[in-house]
Amino acid sequence: MTYIPKPAVRHPGLGANELGLHLRDYEGTISTLCAGCGHDSVTAAIIQAFYELSIPPHRIAKMSGIGCSAKTPAYFVDEAHGFNGVHGRMPALATGANAANKDLYYIGISGDGDSLSIGLGQFCHAIRRNVNMLYVLENNGVYGLTKGQFSASADVGSRSKRGVPNKSEPIDPVALALTLGATFVARGFSGDKQQLLPLLKAGLMHKGFAFLDVISPCVTFNDHVGSTKSYLYTRHHGHELVPVDFVPIRSEISASYEKGSRTSITMHDGSMVRFRKVPEDYDPTDRLSAYEHYRSLQNRGEVVTGLLYLDPGGEDMHDDNATTSTPLAEMAYEDLCPGSEQMDALMEEFR
Amino acid sequence: MSDARLEQADRTNDFAFKIGTVNGTGSASANGLIMQAIFRMGIPCTGKNVFPSNIQGLPTWYEIRVSRDGYSARTPEFDLIVAMNPATYERDIAEVRPGGYLLHDSSWPMTKEFLRDDITFLGVPLGEMCVREFKGARVRILMKNIAYAGALAALLSMDLDVIRGMIQEKFAAKPKLIGSNYKAIELGYDYAMEHFDCPLPIRLETMDATSDHVLMDGNTSAALGCVYAGATVGAWYPITPSTSLMDAFKRFCERFRKDSETGERSFFIAQAEDELAAAGVVVGAGWAGARAFTPTSGPGISLMSEFIGLAYYAEVPSVFVDVQRVGPSTGMPTRTQQGDIAAVAYASHGDTKHIVLFPANPQESFHMAVEAFDLAERFQTPVFLVQDLDIGMNDWMIPKLTWDDSFAPDRGKVLGAAELERIEKFYRYMDVDGDGIPYRSLPGVHPKGAYFTRGSGHTSRGTYTEDADEYTEVMDRLHRKIDSAASEVPSPAIEMREGASVALVTIGSCDGAVREAADILESQGVPVDYMRARGFPFDTLVREFLDAHELNFVVEQNRDAQLKRLLLTETEVDPARLHSVLDYGGFPMSAAFVAGEVAERLGLKVEETRVRPAAEEPEGAVA
Repeated sequence: MTYIPKPAVRHPGLGANELGLHLRDYEGTISTLCAGCGHDSVTAAIIQAFYELSIPPHRIAKMSGIGCSAKTPAYFVDEAHGFNGVHGRMPALATGANAANKDLYYIGISGDGDSLSIGLGQFCHAIRRNVNMLYVLENNGVYGLTKGQFSASADVGSRSKRGVPNKSEPIDPVALALTLGATFVARGFSGDKQQLLPLLKAGLMHKGFAFLDVISPCVTFNDHVGSTKSYLYTRHHGHELVPVDFVPIRSEISASYEKGSRTSITMHDGSMVRFRKVPEDYDPTDRLSAYEHYRSLQNRGEVVTGLLYLDPGGEDMHDDNATTSTPLAEMAYEDLCPGSEQMDALMEEFR
Repeated sequence: MSDARLEQADRTNDFAFKIGTVNGTGSASANGLIMQAIFRMGIPCTGKNVFPSNIQGLPTWYEIRVSRDGYSARTPEFDLIVAMNPATYERDIAEVRPGGYLLHDSSWPMTKEFLRDDITFLGVPLGEMCVREFKGARVRILMKNIAYAGALAALLSMDLDVIRGMIQEKFAAKPKLIGSNYKAIELGYDYAMEHFDCPLPIRLETMDATSDHVLMDGNTSAALGCVYAGATVGAWYPITPSTSLMDAFKRFCERFRKDSETGERSFFIAQAEDELAAAGVVVGAGWAGARAFTPTSGPGISLMSEFIGLAYYAEVPSVFVDVQRVGPSTGMPTRTQQGDIAAVAYASHGDTKHIVLFPANPQESFHMAVEAFDLAERFQTPVFLVQDLDIGMNDWMIPKLTWDDSFAPDRGKVLGAAELERIEKFYRYMDVDGDGIPYRSLPGVHPKGAYFTRGSGHTSRGTYTEDADEYTEVMDRLHRKIDSAASEVPSPAIEMREGASVALVTIGSCDGAVREAADILESQGVPVDYMRARGFPFDTLVREFLDAHELNFVVEQNRDAQLKRLLLTETEVDPARLHSVLDYGGFPMSAAFVAGEVAERLGLKVEETRVRPAAEEPEGAVA
């Protein structure tokens, strides 16, 4: 964390959004991550996404676990509530918070250690539960804070900074999310903000569990030759499966409609995701097709990116639960307590 | 009590019996029928389940103590045992007190080696009769249970109309079954009337001591407390013996919290992937402003400890209900113990200390459950409601629960949008009022309320720190905050007796046994004072009570004298004043055990294990 106050400089050329807020209003404190860290680029894209979506800052809940990734919620949207909990348990905190107040925008920031090792179970079960949130996994294949141990997402043969190759099979969060039923599965690259931004925006507006894996190189411990999570490797092997645009409901009329758009998917709130240049045999709303496509490209050694699967059905855990429309945390006590008459009647049943 | 005296004493509405069956055979409903019938006859009674950690096929027992004086503790002295499980004949027969009775299925011959000549064997050909009268293996097994209830009705003089009424109620939705159940009751009843001298000296006689009471277990009442407290989020991972708490919460919520028109539900239950997640859901929900809780047992507390520390340090209201079972490790999941006292008081790593409530019976479980949420929000911290299997899963006779509609929950210091708008700057962990309790804001309410909640070192302003002074300032305030709860938690239950010089000190479900032991001791000339700790941190009354007695017997159900240790650590009482009485084999404590241990320590001869009636001359009672 920083002890230096952030200068209140307004970015030139950027006006106010629909709420009259500027990009600056979505920023956080100065990052204390290493210079060049991929996570900082993700943070910048997140700031841009919230700003462009005109989401009121205080209606955002920023959740994280432990690790470099977990620090990043402090670096965006100062006026949002943040919860930096315990290692690998962010999904449980997010589930509980969302259970209590379903009307907030939940963004969870996790890392590959946080999500795929200590928190693998929680990650899987948040998907199963279909918590309405955007879950961003800043994936660098390495434990940064504890100085360079392999994480569970490190590829076989990927070398550590000291040249030691990883021999254990990786856990692939994208494949996992696809098989576990995540209703939105995407992968981005921290070095490609242009691609990342629509993915973040679509993920934030998606109702249900939106999973976004972001290859986010660790400049200090995993950005060398031999690493498969480096900037260079990702640039050389990156394969954007389907370029997408996100069109919020408010700006649909003014949005330019690019030629060659193949698929437009309307989200639960009327906003749209446009898939451009979709391969012939690929249907991003068909889980099996998405999975096959993803696997086949992956087998060719490509780092598949883009919005891979989307179920625009628009249901979440509260729909399953038939939760009342008023957030539970805002219910009046009078509406929750059955009262003395019910108690007296109930007691007769225990005689 | 000597056998001769037992024979002479009036045993009407004052005896204990148990029923040994095989689990998974449907005997629970027959046993419930018997228990409820006694209760409806107006006679005080308590039922204890002694069951295996198993679904089907292992021995299980149901113990009923009938006590016209209202004693509720378990007694290990059985006047009658219904032995329906040949696998436990030997053990059951051995456990009948001399002069007592053994009821068994005489369809098959009893093993000769097991026979005793100091008890009466009552053989009823239950199997044979049911095979004759009913069709189908399952029905025959079920009806055999009802038939032994019928035999007991004759032997103990139960009111048959009460039983018939209950069968009618029970099968109101399936009237076809009423006839067969009546039939089964009559089979047992008629056989017993015809072949034995009914009723036995241990017998029932209608009283009027239960009309203001209900039969309820503590998991049900604690769940009801959660509903009445306004809890909206419950998270859990199934674990014996706490599972029935969430089952009950769900049942009550389906009834009271579901909009009859829209079907919308004002509650959310998360069956989590493990106890870690369950705790996380509770902490997340508490952070976002809902009243949230999780029911669990010892192994769950171990797993939740990390989140408990987070909730303590980040100051998030959260309620943990610990239904204790026998530890350590998996221990004996279906037996009772008070082995988590030390664990919950300081759960989690680092310097932590928690508010803990210790109910002694389902009535207190209800009220303390409500109180737990108030304390959690007032002090912005985890609160533990610690009961045990005995309270949680056994059938207790308690006064009808009542509710005061003027109750308003204490939501603590939560700043609303208007208040946040007015203040210049909000600092989450600042001790504004000097009482150690800071102000809270909830997410989504106002931009000025935003702060970054963290389990890492933080300042009173809510910012990250690694500075010694800034860290210490917050830790010292937390210390003051939790200690100030000592006067807000339920104060100890204290009963002073004329002429007492020693005291019995206890906690939780030992209450019944300890108070009965006090009566036993007094009836034999040794009055003792009594104190039961009900809340932690300890109220100053606890220390004062201990100091006022040269000898305090600390009665609890664990090996390591956890309550005693906690008293020593927290009150700095002179250790010489405390003497442990420990019973930790997994059964609810008995008064005879407590009285015996105390008497031995005092060098007294207390052979009697029952309260001697005051009007009765000791000499005259022995024939």
